Amino acid sequence: MAEQFVGKASEFKDGARQIVRMGSDEIGIFKHEGEYFAYSNYCLHQGGPACEGLTIARVFEKLRDDKTSVGLFFSETDMNFVCPWHGYEYDMKTGECISDRKIKLKRYQILQKGDEVYVVA
Amino acid sequence: MDLIADRGRRVTVEELNTTKLLAHASEQAKARDYKRMLIVDCDAHHYETENMGDILPFMENDVYRQILMSGRSKSRHSITPGGVGYQDMGGRVTRYPLRSSEKTEPGRQRDVQLGERWMDAMGVDYSCMFPTGMLSIGLHPQKELESDLCWAYNRWLTEKVLPEAGGRLYSMLSLPFSDPDESLRHVERFGDCKHVTGFMVTTVRSNMAVHDNALMKVYRAIEERGLSLAFHSGPNWGEPVFKSCNRFISVHALGFSFYNILHCTNWVINGMGERFPKLPVLWIEAGLSWIPFLMQRLDHEYMLRPSECPLLKKKPSDYMRDMYYSTQPMEIQDMEALQTTFRMMNAETQLLYASDYPHWDFDLPSTIYDLPFLSEKAKHNILGGTAAHLFKLPPRNEAQKANLIKYGNLSAV
Repeated sequence: MAEQFVGKASEFKDGARQIVRMGSDEIGIFKHEGEYFAYSNYCLHQGGPACEGLTIARVFEKLRDDKTSVGLFFSETDMNFVCPWHGYEYDMKTGECISDRKIKLKRYQILQKGDEVYVVA
Repeated sequence: MDLIADRGRRVTVEELNTTKLLAHASEQAKARDYKRMLIVDCDAHHYETENMGDILPFMENDVYRQILMSGRSKSRHSITPGGVGYQDMGGRVTRYPLRSSEKTEPGRQRDVQLGERWMDAMGVDYSCMFPTGMLSIGLHPQKELESDLCWAYNRWLTEKVLPEAGGRLYSMLSLPFSDPDESLRHVERFGDCKHVTGFMVTTVRSNMAVHDNALMKVYRAIEERGLSLAFHSGPNWGEPVFKSCNRFISVHALGFSFYNILHCTNWVINGMGERFPKLPVLWIEAGLSWIPFLMQRLDHEYMLRPSECPLLKKKPSDYMRDMYYSTQPMEIQDMEALQTTFRMMNAETQLLYASDYPHWDFDLPSTIYDLPFLSEKAKHNILGGTAAHLFKLPPRNEAQKANLIKYGNLSAV
């Protein structure tokens, strides 16, 4: 298993990201709520830089018991990242495409050695 | 630069650099060796409304020019009709909010430089440059201003922009279709301009009857000059039928197809294909799924009611197969359905690749190149060969020339 140095944990701020190249793949590494998530940076749609766009909370629609709509809201818990080419949205914690959860970005393992963060492939 | 995400949270992003943004497109172009095939993008855009300071001086009417230029400098009023819409998805498609941050070199048209960047990144050789805001010009309540704005835009485009592009940008110029006499004057004035391959009618119009007798002289003038006529679609939330839609996705998904279905129906049923058999007609930016729908629908009704369209000598779908269609936004959801669509429309000879860049739902050449059911000939034709033949675009290297000859598409002299 190859390891690629990403950066120092002490300098990797929460909400930040790094893009590293590893072999034939580019990998996006996010730090979200203290946890690292690493995915292929090639969007499943047309190959855009999936990890280089906005991070934005998942939108959901709230319904009342009688099925009438209350409206649209941002989630307090679920975060997505968005491919900047066309807006494909991915679940930060799983890499699943939120409009079709049967497909998801390739996920990579993160290894922390002391203050150093590595991605493993 | 900061973009606003959820609940006002700010996300810092770098300035826009089209070449960097499209780096993965460049990888695709290299991996697929696009250089050997001529690729023509028959529908790309620029944001001409950001150049109004250069465009408005070309207006002919002194009074209207003064009104628009004066009001513009004080930001007191808008110039072209606009509608509600959220193309940028709340900033998720970052090239919209970041557009003004992209740096270009002074001394050359900014829109040409941006066009070269995305063409180079995608592996595109030629692009047909269409406006963005002016696609709503058909909704202008004053037809004299529709005409004057089209006139000013067409002069600016043909005199200031296209000549700077080294031949790689061409256009089909906007027609003020609310006024047939003015449309004819546009064809007569601009029809022989360099880098002009035809004329474009924005189909975002509620009252357009493409079969109106008053328009026949316009079609005839375009046909006589060996040019093409394009109908470019778009969304319009203000259209009464769409006022029941509560989400932009609904208006966008239906609107583009709706207008092309409406106007293509009138075009076919009124026998325009019989009246102007040598006029190439293109239907742009409505995707493809509406085409098999309309073919089946019209053929079915024609078999029952042929007396209502006596000019027709064959089925409506046959006339539709005589016309051309742009690929984008291509619905690649059900590969078998897409293959059937290609078969029904004779895609190998009637379909033209389009990116629609920089708009939010652009398509790369790989959307065509990677289709598993296409022959090599079909790939070459759709990606550029058919357009090269239609618009007389020359190859840019020897390999492209050989392929154009191989598939019968070399027509530039």
